[in-house]
Amino acid sequence: MALEHTDVLRAAHLARLGLNDDEARHYLEDLGRILSMVDDLQALDTRGVAPLAHPLDATQRLRADEVTETDRREQFQRCAPAVENGLYLVPRVVE
Amino acid sequence: MEWETVIGLEVHVQLATRSKIFSGASTAFGAAPNSQACAVDLGLPGVLPVLNEAAVAMAVQFGLAIHAEIPEISVFDRKNYFYPDLPKGYQTSQMHHPIVGAGEVEIGLDDGSTKRIRVHHAHLEEDAGKSLHEDFHGMTGVDLNRAGTPLLEIVSEPDMRSAKEAAAYLKAIHSIVTYLGISDGNMAEGSMRCDVNVSMRPIGQAEFGTRAEIKNVNSFRFVERAIAFEMERQVELLEDGGTVVQETRLFDPDRDETRSMRTKEQANDYRYFPCPDLLPVVLDQAYVDHLRAALPELPADKRARFQGELGLSAYDAGVLSASREMAEYFEAVKEVCGDAKQAANWVQGELSGALNRKGLAIVDSPVSARQLGELIQRVMDETISGKAAKEVFQALWNGQGESADAIIEAKGLKQVTDSGAIEAMIDQVISDSPAQVAQYRDAEPDKRGKMIGYFVGQVMKASRGTANPQQVNQLLKEKLDALC
Repeated sequence: MALEHTDVLRAAHLARLGLNDDEARHYLEDLGRILSMVDDLQALDTRGVAPLAHPLDATQRLRADEVTETDRREQFQRCAPAVENGLYLVPRVVE
Repeated sequence: MEWETVIGLEVHVQLATRSKIFSGASTAFGAAPNSQACAVDLGLPGVLPVLNEAAVAMAVQFGLAIHAEIPEISVFDRKNYFYPDLPKGYQTSQMHHPIVGAGEVEIGLDDGSTKRIRVHHAHLEEDAGKSLHEDFHGMTGVDLNRAGTPLLEIVSEPDMRSAKEAAAYLKAIHSIVTYLGISDGNMAEGSMRCDVNVSMRPIGQAEFGTRAEIKNVNSFRFVERAIAFEMERQVELLEDGGTVVQETRLFDPDRDETRSMRTKEQANDYRYFPCPDLLPVVLDQAYVDHLRAALPELPADKRARFQGELGLSAYDAGVLSASREMAEYFEAVKEVCGDAKQAANWVQGELSGALNRKGLAIVDSPVSARQLGELIQRVMDETISGKAAKEVFQALWNGQGESADAIIEAKGLKQVTDSGAIEAMIDQVISDSPAQVAQYRDAEPDKRGKMIGYFVGQVMKASRGTANPQQVNQLLKEKLDALC
């Protein structure tokens, strides 16, 4: 799959990364090489191979449904830029 | 042109776990802002999610209740988007391998028939926090207490064909999750929320029309209203030669309309990928079987049993099985009085009427199932008349006695079946009413049947409602006819 310059800009936008044109060209090349490796992988015959969701051959450990956390709001909010009435304040967002 | 409506629902059910889906923070409703948002919920660096066993069990129970496949392996994915109430920048959800596969839900329709609505799948995910936009000097306030609360998203196939069917489906889901006890089903507190997909097509056309997705539909009533508005909007558009745009619309209950939400730039590119922090969930057969064995009787089965085994009408069976509390109350009354039809009549009639007038739920009924059952027993063994029974019910409702028997005793409502006592009252009434007796005597024999009503009324009044009406009727007829 050939990657276009606009694909890189779009991906950057979705990830909220600010790229200048030089950087975008650089990533176009890097990502292009990764994708060509993926193309190689896709050429392999994988019939009969179960899809892998995780590289570790292990399954999810489950936790008992118990409340183990206490209220540590004050501590957490010390590193927040702005708080009020217990709320984290962020630049206004309205959909 | 005749149009057909095609509706599919995505229902988000908040699971009734004590702690969050991936952390040990509490899920209790109404706590002070951010007092229940821990490091995992805040997405602080270095934290790892650990899946809550109860959330898995509840999802599987739901799957079993709708006769769905439960795949051995399910996988969590990341759904990526940026919004301040989603601190990690992604929602942990399930895209390709959900915990519950295809199943079906039976809905009851107004005419007493049932219809099966297919469920495409149901998956586990975490809820986001809450943004508050007012009063923060132009800033937005974020409360992350809700972040990480477990949700089960139940996605139906586009199998519904009217607003009524959609509401019936939502009610069926509500019944199932509350019967199972996996959610409190409280729509006002957001424990159940629903997105509705609506499209129109000419009747007979196989392909679906373009659909609009309506968000913010948070009550049974709103589902019907939102769909009714949307149907009208789309038909108008199509009949004017326009086209429906695939978009997300917001239902505004105050104006009773749906409005287009500003489409976010490059929306719906969530770049799902398997969450590297969570391993695949593997459910072995023994675990699933264990959950299956512990399932309670579900609403559809109860409805069928009420109708088949107990001989109730489709309507009664539907109403009495709609909520677990109602069904349990009814069955307790039936146990005590021993007659399902009488129990159904009283629960649906006198009791429901009184509850509705006071706006009370069945669990808040001042009359217990035992008290009502014993009252019905006294009607059935003819200790009291139907009329006296209503008086006893009212007294129980008002807390004027511990039991039906105590009230019957205190108020002297015991039905008189001693024919000697009844005859004495009849003789008294006859001798007090010479004019009516003369009229009766002069009337054509086929008109006399109606005229006897006056005498019955007088005797019942004299007995203060305690005389057995059949007996009164019988004896009166004999005595009056002897005078003719």
